[in-house]
Amino acid sequence: MFMRLLTSAIFAGALAGLVGGILQLYFVQPVLLLAELYESGQLVHFGAEPAMISMGYAGFDLTRDLWSLAFSLLIYCGYGLMLVALMGIASDQSLISAHPTFRHGIIWGVGGFVALHLAPSFGLAPEVPGGASADLEARQVWWFATTLATSVALWLFAFAKTQKMIGLGVILLFAPHLFGPPEVTYLRGPVPPEVAALFASRVLGVGLIAWVVLGAAASHIFGRFSASE
Amino acid sequence: MTTKDTAATTLSQNISSNLSSRLVTYVAVMLLGFSILAVAGHAQTPGLHGAAHDTRHATGFPCH
Repeated sequence: MFMRLLTSAIFAGALAGLVGGILQLYFVQPVLLLAELYESGQLVHFGAEPAMISMGYAGFDLTRDLWSLAFSLLIYCGYGLMLVALMGIASDQSLISAHPTFRHGIIWGVGGFVALHLAPSFGLAPEVPGGASADLEARQVWWFATTLATSVALWLFAFAKTQKMIGLGVILLFAPHLFGPPEVTYLRGPVPPEVAALFASRVLGVGLIAWVVLGAAASHIFGRFSASE
Repeated sequence: MTTKDTAATTLSQNISSNLSSRLVTYVAVMLLGFSILAVAGHAQTPGLHGAAHDTRHATGFPCH
């Protein structure tokens, strides 16, 4: 069973990582590279002649972009492993079909996106290079706590049998945001808001697509394996 | 204890051992996924940070 879970997660993670990585290179990377020009001071937002810029496809930097693709694959394989383990638990407990299809997986994928991308982004917007930000460790702690609380909340919304447990889900969903993320002391980011806003929305859009691919593929492969068991 | 009782007890022990071994597998798979995520997405050694930099920003992780 371990190998079957591993195989489902790695195939689905590699596919989602590849799709997400390619979309990232085409849509996110040009905005990131532009932000780095402001971060390094090669472009200046105020106090200089406005720069004529392009946020379109910026070409391919072989080493840098292959690393990005490799890490995209790794990260989505990591997500995939956690996702198939949860699918396995839900399937064993008869909370979901023993043979889920890719359509069921789309819902899992959207859930994963909400828990691991959207919820933390609600407090800590995807960071454009050069943006002002709070202490790294504090942000990482808040990121992990928020993703965990949101994941449990979504699980309760999907599977809890009592209203009390659904109420607990609502509390878990809001708690990290009511507690609040670590805040920056000074807003001193040199990157124009237009660039930072486009960066954040592109990151979320690409994340949603990659997660839907991950959920659909993981569910499809997991369902085929459980059908053959 | 009758033969029937013994068979039922053995069956129930098998089921419970099977369930707990499945649970251990799920937890192991989840921990493996979490470890990959922690290293690829969040660990701060300079080499790792440099190679993963763009993807970390593009995945919405706290980066630096």
